[in-house]
Amino acid sequence: MFFAPLRVPSRIKTFTTTMTNHTSDRRIWLLITATAIIAALFIPFSQLVLHVEYDYTLRTVALGGALLGIVSGVLGCFAVLRRQSLLGDALSHAALPGVAIAFLLAGRDLGLLLIGAGVTSWLGVFFIRLVTGTTRIKQDAAMGIVLAAWFAAGIALLVYIQARPDASQAGLDTFIFGQAAAIIERDVRLIAAVGAVSFIVLALFWKEFKLITFDPEFAGANGFRVNLLSMTLSTLIVVAIVLGLQLAGVILMVGMLIASGIAARQWTNQLGQMVILSAVFGAFAGGAGAIVSAVDADIPTGPLIVVVAFLLVALSLGFAPGRGLVWTLLRQRSDRRRFAAQTILQDLYHYALDHGRADLPAPEPFLLGVRGATAREGLRQLHARGHAQRSNGAWMLTPAGIEAAARDDRNHQLWSLYRQYADDLDLPTIAEDRQQDIADALPPAAVAKLEYKLDTIRNAATQ
Amino acid sequence: MSVHSGRDPQNGSATALEIDDLTVAYNSKPAIWDIDLRVPEGVLMAVIGPNGAGKSTLIKAALKLIPRAAGTVRFYGQPYEHVRGLVGYVPQRGSVDWDFPTTVLDVVSMGLYGRLGWIRRPGQSERESAMHALEQVGMQDFADRQISQLSGGQQQRTFLARALVQDARIYLMDEPFAAVDAVTERAIITILRQLRARGKTVVVVHHDLQTAPEYFDWVTLLNVEIVATGPIATTFTPDNLRQTYGGRVAYLHEGQRIAGLEEE
Repeated sequence: MFFAPLRVPSRIKTFTTTMTNHTSDRRIWLLITATAIIAALFIPFSQLVLHVEYDYTLRTVALGGALLGIVSGVLGCFAVLRRQSLLGDALSHAALPGVAIAFLLAGRDLGLLLIGAGVTSWLGVFFIRLVTGTTRIKQDAAMGIVLAAWFAAGIALLVYIQARPDASQAGLDTFIFGQAAAIIERDVRLIAAVGAVSFIVLALFWKEFKLITFDPEFAGANGFRVNLLSMTLSTLIVVAIVLGLQLAGVILMVGMLIASGIAARQWTNQLGQMVILSAVFGAFAGGAGAIVSAVDADIPTGPLIVVVAFLLVALSLGFAPGRGLVWTLLRQRSDRRRFAAQTILQDLYHYALDHGRADLPAPEPFLLGVRGATAREGLRQLHARGHAQRSNGAWMLTPAGIEAAARDDRNHQLWSLYRQYADDLDLPTIAEDRQQDIADALPPAAVAKLEYKLDTIRNAATQ
Repeated sequence: MSVHSGRDPQNGSATALEIDDLTVAYNSKPAIWDIDLRVPEGVLMAVIGPNGAGKSTLIKAALKLIPRAAGTVRFYGQPYEHVRGLVGYVPQRGSVDWDFPTTVLDVVSMGLYGRLGWIRRPGQSERESAMHALEQVGMQDFADRQISQLSGGQQQRTFLARALVQDARIYLMDEPFAAVDAVTERAIITILRQLRARGKTVVVVHHDLQTAPEYFDWVTLLNVEIVATGPIATTFTPDNLRQTYGGRVAYLHEGQRIAGLEEE
């Protein structure tokens, strides 16, 4: 506890400590519990305040939204981590011509329409991979062109279909923006069943998917079929997109896919936890969005789900510990204070020593002139810690302050000697960190050697 | 798996890596051209050459990570597919996203995935092997650390530990000394020497001419084609370096004196 007097108060210190698994584990459970409680409170709130009526349709839509949130939340994590968020967007747009073609070939059967959507969407992935793999066109350009071309074909076909004197085509255009009210119990069961199958695939190849997402080159060198795995993962993402088309539509589906993954990433540093949390966030956004949209029959569900999901993203970016904006600002402030206190402590100490004795006061205007705002901040900190006191417009160190400054100074000198003489003195090689007490970084025998060296140099200087 | 090593007819020592007629081209411009290379077992070999000489390409092509235009590569007399378990690989540190949500120990465990095969999950014994590898590179205290919190040198040591855990016979490393701190440089060279002492073969893409004669006992000088390959004492000569790098040889002479090549 070399720096004890300089340590920041524990309240602030928590911002600066590194995140360990243990605290991260606990945080995830807290967060999941909190989300569950909010969700539980949300239902009576929506009934009593928003006067939402929980009829059969709403229950079906809310359940469908929540399930879809889970499926797309889980698979969307991989889209985010593989930097394929925009691929998700291209793929959902690429689903539209499939819907139209399936309708032209087989008529209005939801299962067939979705299979058609899946086929053109998957062809979209395949084409993007083909173009980026065999030509010099970059992925963003390939995705842009596929998105536009497939979507254009889809719109053209839909307009053509709508001009036909055939009543069954009515409402096919809901696939563009999505229409939650059209969801029936059978669709919910379909989402649950297909989602379950894709989770089984994900669980079986978890290790492989993690490896190809993090380091595809290493995966290839170790004999894993990277292209096959990558295509499988993309196919699962296509499945999630297709399931969501009815609810969110081809334009907004990307929001459902990636929002909860982005939000979850802010709270945890482990892939497993990220996926679980993303599922929880997705379920919340899907369910809550559907319920809020029931306040008025004219409010569309899909867009509202995406808005709720975005709110979760905004909250996470702002407040997640470690990565969130608020925490970053607090950490920067605590660092600034700590460094200011350290700097001014040394200023006062050396000013006094240069003038003969350690408790000699330094004039405040001088300190402010040299260091400006840092001096003001540092002096406030030192005063609060009882390391410095003010009298007659000048600042002097207290005995505790002198002790702290002397320790700090000595630590700094020992580190300097370490840098110069580590080889000569045969000391272990460690990374230099002057904020750390050298006695915590090196074994006692090594510190003793450095202290001996320091004393020798000092004695030689005084003689 | 039985591995009959290819024998060098002249001195009878085994050949760890054998490359014949290897050519790799990007957009019809050859990155490496007609490479013939024998790496004897148990050497610590540097692959040295200027930027764009194809050093990384050589390693990646040997591991079939990029398509070959021509040529064959054999490890211990076998094609790579048959002896993957004998080959360890350390990619360039910059090739992955270090903000990926995972821990140091988890990344090191990835070195065991190939041996585990499909579907099987790493368990307690894998954790222990990974921990042991982390101790070897001096990173045991960082096991539970999120990888985005690592310095460049610590990232490199994590990658090295991931290769160590593979327990291979030959290691291919792509620029492990690039932009690392002194602690890491020392940790890496210590590990490389330990590997050699245990009879392993190590091939390292290296960029620092000053340290090459000190760190390695074997060298391949590469500039699209192979300029020279052999024991460092007889191969790392001003003449060969001039052929590899072109004009800037005054600096190279200087470099060699510092590195103490003249003791040979």
